[in-house]
Amino acid sequence: MSLSVIFLIILGLGAVAFFAGRARGNLFDPAVGAAAGERPHSRPVYHGWYVALAAILPALLLLTAWSFMQPRLLDAGIVASMPAADQPKTQIDRDAIIDEVKGLASGELQDAFNPASKAAVPVYEAARQRLTLGALVAAVMIGLAGAGWAYTRLRPDFRARTRVERIVMGILIAASLIAVLTTFGIVLSLLFESLRFFKTVSPIEFLFGTQWSPQTAIRADQAGSSGAFGAVPLFWGTIFIGAIIAMAVAIPFGLMSAIWLTQYAPAKLRSVLKPLLEILAGVPTVVYGFFAALTVAPALRDFAFAVGIPGASSESALAAGLVMGVMIIPFVSSMADDSMAAVPQAMRDGSLAMGATPSETIKRVLVPAALPGIVGGVLLAVSRAIGETMIVVMAAGLAANMTANPFATVTTVTTQIVTLLTGDQEFDSPKTLSAFALGLVLFVVTLILNIVALRVVKKYREAYE
Amino acid sequence: MTEMATNAQTVTPSAATDAVTTKMTARDVSVFYGAKQALKSVSIDVSRENVVAFIGPSGCGKSTFLRCLNRMNDTVASARVEGEIKLDGEDIYSAQMDVVQLRARVGMVFQKPNPFPKSIYENVAYGPRIHGLAKTRADMDNIVEGSLRRAGLWEEAKDRLQESGTAMSGGQQQRLCIARAIAVDPEVILMDEPCSALDPIATAKIEELIDDLRGKYAIVIVTHNMQQAARVSQKTAFFHLGTMVEYGDTSTIFTNPTEPRTKDYITGRYG
Ligand SMILES: Nc1ncnc2c1ncn2[C@@H]1O[C@H](COP(=O)(O)OP(=O)(O)OP(=O)(O)O)[C@@H](O)[C@H]1O
Ligand SMILES: [Mg+2]
Repeated sequence: MSLSVIFLIILGLGAVAFFAGRARGNLFDPAVGAAAGERPHSRPVYHGWYVALAAILPALLLLTAWSFMQPRLLDAGIVASMPAADQPKTQIDRDAIIDEVKGLASGELQDAFNPASKAAVPVYEAARQRLTLGALVAAVMIGLAGAGWAYTRLRPDFRARTRVERIVMGILIAASLIAVLTTFGIVLSLLFESLRFFKTVSPIEFLFGTQWSPQTAIRADQAGSSGAFGAVPLFWGTIFIGAIIAMAVAIPFGLMSAIWLTQYAPAKLRSVLKPLLEILAGVPTVVYGFFAALTVAPALRDFAFAVGIPGASSESALAAGLVMGVMIIPFVSSMADDSMAAVPQAMRDGSLAMGATPSETIKRVLVPAALPGIVGGVLLAVSRAIGETMIVVMAAGLAANMTANPFATVTTVTTQIVTLLTGDQEFDSPKTLSAFALGLVLFVVTLILNIVALRVVKKYREAYE
Repeated sequence: MTEMATNAQTVTPSAATDAVTTKMTARDVSVFYGAKQALKSVSIDVSRENVVAFIGPSGCGKSTFLRCLNRMNDTVASARVEGEIKLDGEDIYSAQMDVVQLRARVGMVFQKPNPFPKSIYENVAYGPRIHGLAKTRADMDNIVEGSLRRAGLWEEAKDRLQESGTAMSGGQQQRLCIARAIAVDPEVILMDEPCSALDPIATAKIEELIDDLRGKYAIVIVTHNMQQAARVSQKTAFFHLGTMVEYGDTSTIFTNPTEPRTKDYITGRYG
């Protein structure tokens, strides 16, 4: 019997508790029960739910805690059961033996490398059964106790409905807290690892240094003095690709497509094209990455050679930026579309009634009126572009150059993070830790961009409500 | 060009009926939204001397007809207009008619004030800019000042011309919209319930303004307010269920209507 079976048993217990509670609640009906004439506070279902929740929730909490503890107790039990001579000396040996014992017990392993493991299997099995049985008994007892306690509280004037509502609210809050806490934890770990990095490399050097070559810093004594962790070229590459080239593509095309879609396209065409454009936003970025690396980049390189542009590379900033821009077009377009649709029709009519042409109306009234919304959308797009990883990993280079030549190769923050963390790495060298510092910078920048953008958009929405 | 007629126009409404210069004529105008007919064969004349009021219960087609007069119905994809509407004898629905020019000649003021989110100055300068009416900055200043004066807004607005038009009060906004409409020097001004979002004082100002503008512009106003129609108009048209039931001198319509339906509506028996 496993913990999941116990889980089902507890649910069954909850069901029984529900029916018991509801049956009790039914007795409170003034037509039936002893307390005739007095209207009960809550309907019978709520009495049922109250008893059921009182049975299930504490038992589940116990079960959760138990499922964390049980493996640890078992492991300790396995090791303790072995004769002193066979006891593992190192952590690695210990893990190996424990895995072996578990493998033998589950039948995944036929034979053991360590003879001591075989001997430990029956011990392990017995301990497991004992612990699981203990869990079952404890959970059922707690469930019964909870249900019993709740059942005795039921009375016609007992506020079961209010309590159930409150419990439901508590569950919902807990669920939303999980997402928030996880994010918080990620940020904390990012912060923590970054601090470790900044112990070896000064933040000033990291943020303002112009030399980036983490590979040379394998020897720890070299890291601080070599100036190899100046991230400015990375920041520049990120801005060059994500905020300059990509936006130079995405803003005009996104805006124009939004204008055409909202103002000119016949309703039927619009109803087909708009979802189509939104599907484009759902294409996995790795596909765009292929396209950038295999089609656009070589073409641009050949073009640059043909025209005689110096420094052209087959991993050009332009290739990554262009494709990223195309990827962002639907995003910009749909943000601009939304903000233009939010401009009241009356404004448009007012302009048209003055004898303005549609394009004059768009240029002089619609776009200016929608501008805050559009700007907010563009900021969100920038924050997406600088955090975008796949396209730049595939199409941008690794060389940390500070160049404004779009045909040359540059590297970005996300590309570096990926290269720093993939493959076999020690997790405490400055080289690896620098990835966390980069991640932190990226996180802070996109966070600020998002906050600013959302505030701009919100203010704009309020202006028309 | 009709300055003389303008100056002569101080006579009582009923007497004005004879000596008018017709500006717009509508003959047998019907409007369909898709398959649904919203307006049935309406005919009417509009002149500078007489403000025309459209009254009638909600949904009877007043706005629909008004929007035919400057072809704003073109912006509604499903709308189809039949019949004939002429401005100075020119068919406005003919292929030769340029909508942009038509709308410069036939201005419109909407039910809800809809200033552009620009400065007061830019709101008024919008039309003249589009139509290239001002050669120099000074010309434009003149047009803006003149329009604001005629709309009775100059005194309130002259010190805050660069402030946003949307920051004004509702009544001021509506007068700004009127100033914006007259800045392009139109011949006809259409007003669709211009006071329905305003308080009585702002309403009184607009009514005064309409009276001042009469003679210089041909004015058509849609209103749900009987007293307002009686106060500002010389001619009244009563619409019901897409037809124009009765059209005549305002004084006659309000005191002695021919149609029983008109009488019922005016006395408040329905609508
Ligand atoms: N864009 C449209 N599409 C379809 N039907 C419309 C449209 N606009 C108006 N209608 C219909 O045409 C009829 C006349 O509408 P209209 O707006 O002219 O009425 P109205 O007299 O101005 O009413 P109100 O006093 O409420 O403004 C109504 O039945 C309305 O439902
Ligand atoms: Mg209307």
